[in-house]
Amino acid sequence: MKNVWVICQKELKSYFASPIAYLLMAMFAVIFGFFFWNVVGYFVIIGMQQQMGRGMPMNVNEMVIRPLLQNVSVIGLFLIPLITMRLFAEEKRSGTIELLLTSPLTDFQILFGKWLAAMLMYSAMLLVAGLNFVFIFAYGQPDWRPMLVGFLGLLLQAGGLLAIGTFISTLTKNQIIAGGATFGVCLLLWVMEWVTGYETAEWAKVMGYLSVVSHFESFAKGVIDSKDIVFYVSVIFFGLFLTARSLESLRWRA
Amino acid sequence: MIKVEGLTKRYARTVAVDNVSFEVKKGQIVGFLGPNGAGKTTTMRILTCFMPATGGKAEVAGFDVIEKPMEVKKNIGYLPETPPLYPEMEVAEYLTFVGRIKGIPSDDLARRVKEVSERCSVADVSNKLISKLSKGYRQRVGLAQAIIHNPPVLILDEPTSGLDPKQRVETLELIKSLAGDHTIVLSTHVLSEVEATCEDVIIISRGKVVAMDTMDNLTHRLQGAEAVAVEVEARNGAGEADVQRKLEQVGGVSRVVAKGEALGRLRFEIESLQGRTVRTEVARAVVESGWGLFELSPVAVSLEEVFLQLTESKK
Repeated sequence: MKNVWVICQKELKSYFASPIAYLLMAMFAVIFGFFFWNVVGYFVIIGMQQQMGRGMPMNVNEMVIRPLLQNVSVIGLFLIPLITMRLFAEEKRSGTIELLLTSPLTDFQILFGKWLAAMLMYSAMLLVAGLNFVFIFAYGQPDWRPMLVGFLGLLLQAGGLLAIGTFISTLTKNQIIAGGATFGVCLLLWVMEWVTGYETAEWAKVMGYLSVVSHFESFAKGVIDSKDIVFYVSVIFFGLFLTARSLESLRWRA
Repeated sequence: MIKVEGLTKRYARTVAVDNVSFEVKKGQIVGFLGPNGAGKTTTMRILTCFMPATGGKAEVAGFDVIEKPMEVKKNIGYLPETPPLYPEMEVAEYLTFVGRIKGIPSDDLARRVKEVSERCSVADVSNKLISKLSKGYRQRVGLAQAIIHNPPVLILDEPTSGLDPKQRVETLELIKSLAGDHTIVLSTHVLSEVEATCEDVIIISRGKVVAMDTMDNLTHRLQGAEAVAVEVEARNGAGEADVQRKLEQVGGVSRVVAKGEALGRLRFEIESLQGRTVRTEVARAVVESGWGLFELSPVAVSLEEVFLQLTESKK
């Protein structure tokens, strides 16, 4: 476990010693800020209409926090490739992978440390979102519990995608290829569920199930559904398992 | 300390290391010599558990590289061809990181980092970013990284590549000074470096060991070969190819290189096999063919040339 932490610290350091971390957080802040402004603005207009008599039940959790959490989940799909693309590709390009693989570390310690650092990097981005939510709590009384569940869902979803991104990063020396491929996979895992809109056959249900976004719905509502947790945890394990196999094959192919 | 038996590494299309066997004793400093692509790096990568061999056995410090990779890794310090450095780290920070993953206890870490920084003379740049360092400093940081956990075995892959002559000498001096405490295998394709540092030499070419001896013996043996320059005036319509063929048939000749034509005379350079003199036979062959022998003179053989001969003649 100590070794995992050493690797994780090293990765965190390279996120924050380079502009990557700040760029990611800034991009996230701008995009999320835009969504926040939109959603809150819409909420205010509805509120004024209500005062003029055209009544509609209003709920901050349902009308502000829930769509915002869903937005974060989608923004994540775009930023996750930027977090994971360098994890192994950079080590392979610069040759430092030789240092890691010839040190008394297990493959698991290396990849888990790296994945953990990616998770912490993503969490740092979520903190920026949290900052916006502080304003909602300052000016309203939403229920905080469903929001926490939403954040848990975001972390689980990101965990799965980061594990897949980590795996893809082991496949190439080129960060752009790693990032591009990860982005493609993330996008596909998102849009896959669209087929359920017009198709009810079994295969469409399978695609809908495999889509990472569909499993976020219940979290956004504040509901912890064990089947969604099982799905995300499985994706995390599957991604890390593939990474481990790929690292092993790297030794055979190198 | 290192024992290699019948080591083979096959890639999809090529055989990088072909049935290599050798042994390195404790405290020895061994030069691993061969042209680029001979299989030096592959052998070293197998020894350091970076990649597995296709066949054969390798033991480092008494542990098998396949069965006990963790033990092997703890006992080995490895400097790959390109030093494995993180440019965004400072030197001391980098060495601390390496010390940690090599398993140095944390209360000992600061002392070790200081020690190796001084030993490899990088203490003066310990707070500098690695990306700002010159090539020579980087190489020394790479070396410091390899010895930080005080491993009994050191494997250095071309530790002097890309350095200027002064840095080369300094690095070799440094490696030499480490020899007492460590068993060192160092690879290079520069012969003079081996001459200057190593006691024993293993010459490898196309994946095979072609010579393995002490430095003294090898120098002696290699210089037993002879190189001769010949100038022939070909008659009876014989061309350059004919003359070359004739010369190659002379007993004891290992190689004939055509050097072109001047004033109607053909020039060749002939190299003999180990310990053979071929001048009289060459002269006879030329005269018996009815050609004119214009010049026949011995050429001084440099160690480099013989090394080339040794590694190329096994094609």
